[in-house]
Amino acid sequence: MIKMTDQDIISRLKHIVKPYVQREIGMQDFNKQTDFLKDLEINSANLVDVVLDVEDEFGIEVDNDSMQGMLRVGDAVNIINNKKSIQ
Amino acid sequence: MENSQRVVVTGMGVVAPNGVGLTEFEASIKSGKSGIRFFKELEDLNFSCQIGGKPNIPEALLKEYFSPLQLRGLNSSGIIYGVMAGMDAWKDAGLTIDPDSKSPDWDNGIIFGTGILGVDKFREAIHLIDAGKTRRLGSTSVLQTMASGISAYLGGILGCGNQVTTNSSACTTGTEAILMGYERIKSGKATRMLVGSCSDHGPYVWGGFDAMRILPGTYNQNPEEASRPMSESAAGFVPGSGAGALLLEDYDAAIKRGATIYAEILGGEVNSGGQRAEGSMTAANNEAVIRCIQNALKNSGIKAEDIDAVNGHLTATTRDAVEIENWKKALSRNHDNFPYINSLKGMTGHCLSAAGSIESVAAILQLQGNYIFGNVNCNNIHPEILEKIDHSSIPQKTIQKKIKHLIKASFGFGDVNAVVIFKNINDQND
Repeated sequence: MIKMTDQDIISRLKHIVKPYVQREIGMQDFNKQTDFLKDLEINSANLVDVVLDVEDEFGIEVDNDSMQGMLRVGDAVNIINNKKSIQ
Repeated sequence: MENSQRVVVTGMGVVAPNGVGLTEFEASIKSGKSGIRFFKELEDLNFSCQIGGKPNIPEALLKEYFSPLQLRGLNSSGIIYGVMAGMDAWKDAGLTIDPDSKSPDWDNGIIFGTGILGVDKFREAIHLIDAGKTRRLGSTSVLQTMASGISAYLGGILGCGNQVTTNSSACTTGTEAILMGYERIKSGKATRMLVGSCSDHGPYVWGGFDAMRILPGTYNQNPEEASRPMSESAAGFVPGSGAGALLLEDYDAAIKRGATIYAEILGGEVNSGGQRAEGSMTAANNEAVIRCIQNALKNSGIKAEDIDAVNGHLTATTRDAVEIENWKKALSRNHDNFPYINSLKGMTGHCLSAAGSIESVAAILQLQGNYIFGNVNCNNIHPEILEKIDHSSIPQKTIQKKIKHLIKASFGFGDVNAVVIFKNINDQND
């Protein structure tokens, strides 16, 4: 399998979170530092749905501990890279 | 908060099997258009009754009511129907929706009932849970299946800050919600209450009734003829679904903002027959029905002879003749002076928890338009009913008629009753 670059992952993540974003301006500069709750104002209850969409998109399973630490886009990229590497 | 002790209807919305939106619905009830259809799904599931009433909602229409995020994973038909009807009633009353306001709307509340909510969503959840995949349920499983999901969705969309709740009393739910909202305004605790009810569609709602053998099994080839209230060939009620909504408002507040008034709610009554005597979990105690009607008249400050029209519960079972007898006694009428009576269920089937609100919308449209809609599938009126009242009280086709007072009743499993009285106050000569 071709290795995904972080930039690939970020662009796919951007597509995934789009429906949940309540602060559109936060999407203009979507990078590893982007905070899901603060910058994008995603409803915290919807983070659960973001995780499920990530699981479907990348074919991985995100356990509860990993999810707790998924505050920024960069955290999600790390989780995805880690899960992919052990598959 | 203003309080004039008078409550009026200033907005309505409806999502019915035979019409979505007031315009389409009214055209249907005037022309006697049926919303009953055959469902292959029910045949495949070996249902005896393979027909039902389900509102027809194009995908594009949903986007006018729900955000893309709300539509993700939305699988609760009751919420879809209830939100559409509720938002329509709100807008029909000339009220605005401001999603960006920071402060709740303290004077306005919601009482929106249901029997059971989000059964299809619940089924999804059950399959995932049984497969050990509880973590895959997503965030809206609870919100779509909690009974108060419908008032919660509407509450958030409209920003209401007064009481926001859901009532449940089987097939009286919708009529009961109207009376609960009426009381809230009358007691001065709210200026406006959005009231109504919704009911999910489909095999998981209707199956239990099919199992009770109270649905018609002989009309699968001709669904539009199946729902036959007051008819000799009535073979049971046809299950339906949908939602109806009314925006109730303090009279002074309505006048002050120049709102269009559909009707005044004079009052009503709710009670129970206690499942005593002939009353049971599934049948009404007659004394309770009569008492409910008579107390509704008393609470409304009018006499039995003031009633011009009755919109009955009349589900198309053998109980229809009993209902007529109860009306006759409660209203002190004889064979030849019985008021006009009709049942919407001939066109929509029995919309269960949504019945009371959908039928109240139909009842008020009649008041507003000065007509009595015709009883469909009732060309062979049951002889037991004809012994009690004259056939001229049961119009077959829609007739033009000025109505001042209309009484509407709903009865439900658990032996519960609700009766409400609407008055046309638009006639300047009154």
